[in-house]
Amino acid sequence: MAGEFGNPEIIQEEVDILMIGGGMANCGAAYEIMRWADAAKAEAGVDLKIKLVDKAAMDRSGAVAQGLSAINTYIGTEQDPADYARMVSNDLMGITRDDLAYDLGRHVDDSVHLFEEWGLPIWKTDENGERHDGAQGLPALKDGGKPVRSGKWQIMINGESYKWIVAEAAKKALGMDRIQERIFIVKLVNDKNDKNRIAGAVGFSTREHKLYVYKAKAILLAAGGCVNIFRPRSVGEGTGRAWYPVWNAGSTYAMAAEAGAELTMMENRFVPARFKDGYGPVGAWFLLFKAQATNAFGEVYMVKNKELLNDYPPYGQAAVPASCLRNHLMLKEMKEGRGPIYMDTVTALAKLRETLSPREVKHLEAEAWEDFLDMCVGQCGIWVGENIEPEKKNSELMPTEPYLLGSHSGCCGIWVSGPEDVGAPTEEAHPEKDKIPAHLPSGWHWGYRGMTTVKGLFTAGDGVGASGHKFSSGSHAEGRIAAKSMVKYCLDNKDLKVELDTPVEQLVEEIYKPVRNYLEFKDYTTAIDVNPNYITPKMLQFRLQKIMDEYVAGVATYYTTNAKMLEVAEEKLTMLKEDAQKMRAKDLHELLRAWENYHRILTAEAHMKHIQFREESRYPGFYYRADKNFVDEENWHCFVNSIYDKTTHQWTVFKRAHVDLVDKSKLFKPAAH
Amino acid sequence: MPTYVRTDKCDGCKGQDKTACMYICPHDLMKLDKDGSETGHAMKAFNQEPEQCWECYSCVKICPQQAIEARHYADIVPLGGQVQPLRGSDSIMWTIKFRNGTLKRFKFPIRTTPEGSIDPYGGKPGVKLADITKPGFFTTEYAKGYRAGKPEELIRK
Repeated sequence: MAGEFGNPEIIQEEVDILMIGGGMANCGAAYEIMRWADAAKAEAGVDLKIKLVDKAAMDRSGAVAQGLSAINTYIGTEQDPADYARMVSNDLMGITRDDLAYDLGRHVDDSVHLFEEWGLPIWKTDENGERHDGAQGLPALKDGGKPVRSGKWQIMINGESYKWIVAEAAKKALGMDRIQERIFIVKLVNDKNDKNRIAGAVGFSTREHKLYVYKAKAILLAAGGCVNIFRPRSVGEGTGRAWYPVWNAGSTYAMAAEAGAELTMMENRFVPARFKDGYGPVGAWFLLFKAQATNAFGEVYMVKNKELLNDYPPYGQAAVPASCLRNHLMLKEMKEGRGPIYMDTVTALAKLRETLSPREVKHLEAEAWEDFLDMCVGQCGIWVGENIEPEKKNSELMPTEPYLLGSHSGCCGIWVSGPEDVGAPTEEAHPEKDKIPAHLPSGWHWGYRGMTTVKGLFTAGDGVGASGHKFSSGSHAEGRIAAKSMVKYCLDNKDLKVELDTPVEQLVEEIYKPVRNYLEFKDYTTAIDVNPNYITPKMLQFRLQKIMDEYVAGVATYYTTNAKMLEVAEEKLTMLKEDAQKMRAKDLHELLRAWENYHRILTAEAHMKHIQFREESRYPGFYYRADKNFVDEENWHCFVNSIYDKTTHQWTVFKRAHVDLVDKSKLFKPAAH
Repeated sequence: MPTYVRTDKCDGCKGQDKTACMYICPHDLMKLDKDGSETGHAMKAFNQEPEQCWECYSCVKICPQQAIEARHYADIVPLGGQVQPLRGSDSIMWTIKFRNGTLKRFKFPIRTTPEGSIDPYGGKPGVKLADITKPGFFTTEYAKGYRAGKPEELIRK
């Protein structure tokens, strides 16, 4: 039966392992998994059925779709995974899982070496210290080639085709018969006989009138972070120019929450300070070109306001202060009327020119443009429109609207099982541990690396919380780690038969509700978008963004909220969540938007509930609770975690103890003199 | 800068079921107007939700007719500039036109191997199931990227 709008074809499939998302994490998983699946077949006689679904096309899906100008996590031979775990911890104000960061740190370079072998051009430094692009034939990193560092952890690449290359390897490894693109998964389904186990997932094709119901023993949910829950600074066409990809809709967090998975650090957010409006990257400008950021009067705020760092010991006193604190120092200038803030590109380039030959100057100019062209063409659009040549005119900087993610400089996400060999706690030590729901695991590892607190549900990349700074390469490596675990899980549970806890007909009606709403009511009014019986996904998103912006510390209040404002937000979000049931979809494209926005609402609600629970301001510069405007190490040096009950629609929020697995005091020694 | 499709160049990918831009857009924005009922231009593609365009240029780069360009976000950017790529198999050429007419051209490598040439498991070792719970990947020996770390750094171990 060929489906049609209003009467879709229902396709049911049973697999062992389902991978949701086609970004860096699942490309890593796809690459690693087939080797282990082949071994499972050869050694154990278990033939695993594996499938990957992506709502877009893998060649250009996920956060790396456009390309990148750097790989932000490459440990190299000079640094220890423990150094990496320390950096992650300090940048995220001390509350991260060392086991997860350390494990990522020891694995990540393996993926980077493969990227280079597959064809990704990686910049190199020759014996004279001169920089060369990645096509010059200098030795590979694996063979001792020296990367161009733009900071302690980043290396520069010619990365326009980064995702294209990584996807090619993943697609070939997995085989196209195991991949289906343009399938948007919107809901996970638990097991009928064990509500803490995963049993499947449901979604729909954005191209054909087909709904998909998958049964799966193991699922790797890696569908990115969350963008556009806050009102963006640009509200016309520029709405699309989000810093993180606009298609990251919080699907990872929302679907995991509804399946009962424990979330962690959902109060965390990232507010990157970027080139204004285009949101072009600043890393190379600060670290490679040695530019400084100033207020309107040329004063370097990181120097001028450095005393403010002393308000937040010890995080302000590391050699590199936490990202949020750098924003904090910038915001002081903006709030006190000394904006705009500028990146002083003119001085930086003039200084570099002093020691360079004309050939090198030409190369430098190309490098500066490539930094944007590889990953943020939109910023070039602003430069050409405003006649900005960086050697002649400085560019404005601006802190963006907030983003939720777990792979960049953020640590919200899902609580996952860590490695067993790094000294992680095996039991819960928090004084309030009795408030943790009893069915949740104690300690930081419960059997399968990368598994959430729901049996069989794994995550990676933006999905893994309480870590951060994994970026593209780390997300790939984390997907590979999860792939191994899923194979092991399936081997250990080879006789397991999962059953969906909800009848297929009911799942179908839930997915399809926005279409039903539309078809039932569309002829009630003459104007298709104005109808008392339904709301368009677009208007629903505007409502969400307005609530979050005005009450939950968006740009409207300079990232400031308080308990009373959060109370108002809570009430408004509850009504919004109810109204989400009345979303309409006039076509498949709008059905996609409807479900993306449903995922955004749940993610936003988690964010709000966590900020409400954490009675301090852990990330000054990212958000402030005006009623608790301090970092309280005594009471809040802990994880804030939560679970969601999909039947009562209620959140339970609680604390878990933070423990150091590496010595953090090493961070602060250089700043002592 | 939402992308736009030029009527004089788009051929709807010659009447195939889906166009290259529809295939590639990560946000499901490009749409083929088969009968012209949505745009007045039958069998040509268009950007159906310009305010959701990330300007990732995936459609611009993939279009076989070079029919797609970008007009920078009208709510932010003064008119007149243009940033246009031509993506080849191993490099990309950018032509950058400023509002004031200044022109710049850049060429950057994008790939050091022929497209489609990746042999994912070629020359790489197999695995033994006994190693599945150990740290590392099946490529650990091969890729030389595993960083074991100094044991004394792990203070609780």
